[in-house]
Order: sequence, then C-alpha cells, then structure tokens
Amino acid sequence: MRGAKSAKWVAGAAIIALAATACGGGSDDSDSASKEKGKPEGYVSVDVGEPQKPLIPADTNESLGSYVIQALFTQLLEFDGEGKIVYTNAESVKSEDNKTWTVKLKPGWKFHDGTPVTAASYIKAWNWYANVKNAQQNSFWFEDIKGYADVHPEKGDPKATEMSGLKAVDDTTFTIELDKPVPYFEYKLGYYTFAPLPEVFYKDTKAFGQAPVGNGPYVFEKWDHKKLIQVKANPDYQGPNKAKNKGLLFKNYATVEAAYQDLLSGNLDMIRQIGPKDLPKYKTDLGDRVVDQPYAAVQSIVPTFYSKTFKGIDPKVLQGLSMGIDRATITKTVLNGTREPATSFTPPGVAGNQHLDTDVFKFDPAKAKQLIKEGGGVPDNKLWIQYNADGGHKEWVTAVCESIRNSTGVDCIPDAKPDFQTDLEARDNNQVKSMYRGGWVADYPLNVNFMRELYGTTAEANNGRFSDKDVDAAFKKGDNAASLDESIKAYQEAEKLVLQKMPAIPLWNYKINGGYSKSVDNVAIDYRGDYVMTDVTVK
Amino acid sequence: MGRYVARRLLQMIPVFLGSTLLVFAMMYALPGDPVRALAGEQTVDPVQIAAMKKDLGLDLPLWHQYWNYLTGLFQGDFGTEIASGRPVADTIADAFPITIRLALFAFLFTVLVGISMGVFAGLKADTLRDRGLLILTLLLISVPSFVLGFLGQYFFAFQLGWVDPNVSAEANWSELFLPAVVLGSLSLAYVARLTRTSVAENLRADYMRTAVAKGLPRRRVVGVHLMRNSMIPVVTFLGTDLGALLGGAVVTEGIFNVQGVGRAVFGALQHREGATVVGIVTLIVIVYLVTSLLVDLLYAVLDPRIRYA
Repeated sequence: MRGAKSAKWVAGAAIIALAATACGGGSDDSDSASKEKGKPEGYVSVDVGEPQKPLIPADTNESLGSYVIQALFTQLLEFDGEGKIVYTNAESVKSEDNKTWTVKLKPGWKFHDGTPVTAASYIKAWNWYANVKNAQQNSFWFEDIKGYADVHPEKGDPKATEMSGLKAVDDTTFTIELDKPVPYFEYKLGYYTFAPLPEVFYKDTKAFGQAPVGNGPYVFEKWDHKKLIQVKANPDYQGPNKAKNKGLLFKNYATVEAAYQDLLSGNLDMIRQIGPKDLPKYKTDLGDRVVDQPYAAVQSIVPTFYSKTFKGIDPKVLQGLSMGIDRATITKTVLNGTREPATSFTPPGVAGNQHLDTDVFKFDPAKAKQLIKEGGGVPDNKLWIQYNADGGHKEWVTAVCESIRNSTGVDCIPDAKPDFQTDLEARDNNQVKSMYRGGWVADYPLNVNFMRELYGTTAEANNGRFSDKDVDAAFKKGDNAASLDESIKAYQEAEKLVLQKMPAIPLWNYKINGGYSKSVDNVAIDYRGDYVMTDVTVK
Repeated sequence: MGRYVARRLLQMIPVFLGSTLLVFAMMYALPGDPVRALAGEQTVDPVQIAAMKKDLGLDLPLWHQYWNYLTGLFQGDFGTEIASGRPVADTIADAFPITIRLALFAFLFTVLVGISMGVFAGLKADTLRDRGLLILTLLLISVPSFVLGFLGQYFFAFQLGWVDPNVSAEANWSELFLPAVVLGSLSLAYVARLTRTSVAENLRADYMRTAVAKGLPRRRVVGVHLMRNSMIPVVTFLGTDLGALLGGAVVTEGIFNVQGVGRAVFGALQHREGATVVGIVTLIVIVYLVTSLLVDLLYAVLDPRIRYA
C-alpha cells in the first residue's frame, strides 16, 4: 500500500493548499446604519463602474472615469441645468478680443492636501497635460492655446515644456493667449480636463493616478479596484457645488440588471441606466423615483463619402433616406421610449439648438421615394449600416434598415462588427461599406460642439470624411465672430447649410432612464446626462 | 510513483507553453486596437498612440511580444494592463480568490449532494425514488444555468427575501451559497447519474456477493467495497469539472454580480487586454493540469489494479 499512501498524501496536501487560498476575506462592517453593506452613514451609492484609466483629469474621456474626476476636481467653471456658465474655482473669465483671456481665481482655495490652488497650479498642469510626452488622451483640448505646437508637435520631440500663451500675473490671476480668437473658448474651460493639479502630482504621477489629490467637492478615500471607489465630502470646499451628502460610493456591477436588482433590494441608491429587460416595468417599480430626461447627445447614421455607395452623392438622396426612417415608431417601440426623435443636428439643452424649418426629419415615404429618385438614387439600390454588436445597437439598426427598406425600396443591410474596437478600426481605416452608427455627447453645451467637431473637413471625429468648402467657410465665420452670441448665431446659419449637404442623418437624442431608491432625494442630471452627485441628499 | 508524478509534472511544460502561445496568438489575431479604442469617438493623435504602443511593447512582432511575455512570466511578472496601467497580477489576485471560493463551494456541494443522491438512488435501482432522481437530474441538465440563476434570484431573494440578489464586493460565504448551488447544479446532475449507474452496476459484481457472503456489516459493504469501485468514473468527471467550474463561471458570475475570474476574463477580452486574458487562461490551464494529475493519483488509491509502477 505504499504507493497508495503517498498518493493520498499528495492529494490531501493539494486540497489543503487550495482551501487555504480560498479563505480570507468575508469581513463584516457591522456598525453601518444603512442596510447597504459597507456603506458609511450619509453616503450615496451609484452604479458607476471601474474607470478605464488612472484618475488624471486629462487622461479620462469616458463617462465612468469622468464621474470620479468631477467629484474630486473642480475646474474654473461649470454649467447649470440650462447649460449656462457657473463659476466654480474662477471668480471671472474675461476677454476683450476673444484672443487673450484673463482668469481670476477665487482666493483661499486649497487642494485636499492643504496646499493652495494658485494660477501656477493651473498653468503647470495644463502644460503637463498638453505635452506630447505625457500622452494624455485629452491633450488636444489645449490646442487653441498659443505655443501648443511647441509642446505637442505633430512629429518628434516637443521643443518646449511650456506653452507661451499661459502667463501668471499674480497668485490668483493668469492670462491665456490663444493662437487666434475663439469666441466660445470660455465654454471649453468647463470641461473637466482643465482642472488644476497640486505639486504632489509631479513627484509620482503613477501613484497619483491611483489616489488623486484634487481641489473638488469630494476627497478621495479608497479605490478597491473593479469593486468600488469611495470619496468623502470635502468640509473646506468653497465652491457653489458643495456636497450636500457625506460622501459617494461608485460601485461596479457586472450588468445593469444586477445593479437594478440591488436598487430594488435597497443595496444601491442610484442607477444610471435601466437595462432593456427592466425598462417595461421600471416605472411601476419605482413610481416617482424614476429619472426620465433628455440630455445633450445625438445618435445618427453617418454616410462615408469615400464609399462606393455615397461617393459624390446628391444630398437629396440622403434627405430622402432620412425621411424614410420612422423615428417616432422606432423610439417608442424598439427603444422603449429611451430616445426622442431628432429634429435638428444639435440636441436640445445646448445653446444654439434651433427649430429647423424642414421636413427632412419627418417620416414621409412618398416624399422620401421622390427625393431619392430626384437625387439619382442609391448606387446598386443597396446600403449598409455598420454598428458594434457589443453596445446594444443591433435592435434599432435592424429597425432603421427595415424602415428604409419598406418606405423607400432601397435595400438596407445591418453590418455588424463584433465590438467597438473593430468598429473604430474600420472607421479609422476608411473601410466602412457605406454608413456607420455615430454617437456624440456634448463636451460643452454649445451648438458649435455638434458642428465643427463632426463635420469640419479637418475635424478628427469626422469619420465620414465629409468635406465641403461652404460648410468649412460657415464654421470659420462662427469661429471669427466677435462675440459668443454672434458665434452661436453664425453656427446656427451653418447648421442650415449642413442640412442642405447632409453629412449625417440624425436619428434621435438620448435620454437617461435611471432611477433612485427611497433613501435619497434631489436627484437631477446635467446636460451631459450625468447625475449631479453633489446635490443628492440622504433622507 | 514518484517517477510517474515527476514525468507528469514535466509533461505540463509543453502543454503550458503551447496553450499560452495559442491564446497569445489568438489575442494577437483579433481585430481592433486596444490603445486606439481608448480614445473612442474622440479625436485621435496617431503619434501619441504610436508612442503608447512602443512603451507597452505592442509594436513588436508576435514572436517578440510572446518572448517578452514569457521571460516576464518567469520573473513573476504577468505584464501590465493597457488602459489602467496596473499590473495584471493585481487583477488576478483580486479575482481568483473569489472564484476559487465560489468554485470550491460549488464543488463541495456537487460532491456531497451529488454522490449521496446517486448512492441513494443506485442502491434501489428502478424504484420510485430512482425514477424521481432521474427526472430531477434530467431537469437540471436541460435547464440552462442562467434560467436557474434568475429563478433562484427571483424566489429566494425577491419573493422570500432569504438572501440578497447580488453578491457584494466582499463575497462572503453566505452570499456565495446561492450562486454556488446554481453553478454546481449541472455537475450535480451528472455526478448523481454517474454514481447511480456505477453503484447499480457494481451491486451485481462478484466481490459484492463475496463481501455480503463473508457476513460483513452492510455499512462496510456499501461504504468500502461498493463505494471505492463505484467512484472511479465519478472522480474522473469531478477532476475535469473543477477546472470547468473555475473557467465556466462567466454566466453565473454575471447573474449574481460576483467579481471573479469569469468577469475579469470577459472584460479583458472586450477591451483586448491580451496580457490579462493570457494570464488568467494560463492559470486555469494549470488548474486543469493539476486536477487531472490528482485524478490519476486518486485512481491508484481507489483501485490498486490501475496503480502505476
């Protein structure tokens, strides 16, 4: 039996080893008042999952990370529910010529580590963000500033470490000189990328990204990766958006369904989006605790003007296709009322959104057919709509295609790419067969953001490679306008021109369909569709 | 015996290399650029992307990347995640203990309940209780685990309120009970059926008649003589099953929000985090290899006739 005995021993030892690694964990926070496990009293929890990247303001451009960044950092200004400017860290931002901007900071502001927020904290941070060597995702946001090309050249190493356009006047005043006048530059400053950084950042940027020190309404507490991020209210915060709760928990969920179940069972306070499975019943489940509001984002289908289908196409055809889509029915049935049919190229909630006097967005099969015929028809009478299959787009793309096919007789085929990466790759490499699904959320609440960033010839998000001299000229006119109001007006004119050229077919504007539990109150969303976390109160 | 174990351990090396290379090559072949995708629909700076790829070594040819990965692995470095910049080892250390706990729990449930059910039915084959077991296990086999998961959640969490619908970040044993039962129920059905058949067959074997004729107590006849011989096919199944439980928990982990390996690997695949996928798959491969070795060693314990020299 010797062999058997030793075999027994081997097996036994292995099982013990496995069991040993399995134990540990399972701690209990017994004295928390809330039913929710591990939540300190007065905190609010929300289903904001793991940010993609380390928490550095200029390196975050997805919604999960930006939630946390906005809790920890405060930039010069913010926007209220109507998209109007509210000064947070700045006392004033002024310019006479739209080229040189003078920023005055509110005195006495401090970072969470107690060091003061000065003009230098902004200038040094912006220079660091813009530097090509630091490979920040949002570095292009600084491209209007004079000297950007020195720190972020198109090729090779940067020639300088500082942008010549940024100058400190005194501790709380600095000037920003731009390459050319930008009448709406102040709006851009409301993007969280323009947040300042404390000195401690430059000592160890990697460690900072895991435990950031900001100047915002909340102080970083802990980041339990892929599980939760916890921040507490900053008692010394002086901005208008001071936290009305004691802290926040950003919790990661596997699925929106799981998050919804936790909301119902009292283990979660707020949910950002209800999953398709629960949409039909969430209003009865939650009653008046439903959040059902539009925000500044547009979904469109974008023709690629290099493709066989749409090369040199008559815009009339695109207008016809637009009229062949029954937006009202699709948003109501397929999308369960989670979208509002688009009526222009800009969403409501941004300054300059206007009522376009047109029927291009109306469903009218007869007129659609007629316009397509007048425009010379779609080559081969066939088109494709590319989308990523991992984003829940399949249902509506299929419905849109069905709608186009039935009303205009043009054959429409959904062209699925397995995921967003593959979809983006095809767009970057000009391999889209004829159209792709486009989506755009406002970076700042101005119509400009939905025009030049998407349809300007050199705009990098212009993946349809639309290029039109008249449209470019109209955008330029808006950029050269003397004041913000004139700029908005010029862009409204440009939008009318865009309607004639049809660089995209807007389908609908996004809505947020979320909800909250019985234990919180005062839940509202901002123009970007994010919850205003500082305002939420605990009952 | 020692030589046999050593030989088996040595055999693991090519299997390990082959499987990592295979997964590595598959990740490499997938379309879509993870670094580019970080920018989404926003402006993309090709210079910046190229620089980031160079830093991460993603611009090298496949063989070179694999070589770097392997040499790193032997120094205990699982690589770095592209987006978060965190070591892959951290992700694995976060996810593995939870899944191991869940899998062991499910495994224990499978073994205890499955074998007792099988023995219970097998001892009286073709009676009412045997038929009942066959129908019950057939149900478990044919109902997909996500249906079972949702049903369990609905009844035990929402209707009865005995448990919370989701597993929290701490993943306590009590929270893991329901997901473990759901995860283990499919294997449970197989184990019960295998045991039942095996027991029913062996009851008619010669050595059983001998044991009974010797006048041994029934407890000993069933517990030692019958069980030992009936367990061989069950152990074979259980061995591969432990690996399957570890890797195949994706669906169950999704339903109950368990922050384990299944989710980690799924997320990493979506984001093309090659190093994370290869790291986790490698560990699962090792678990498979180790359990299959254990199974072979257990054979020797159960049946001396198949003992290796």
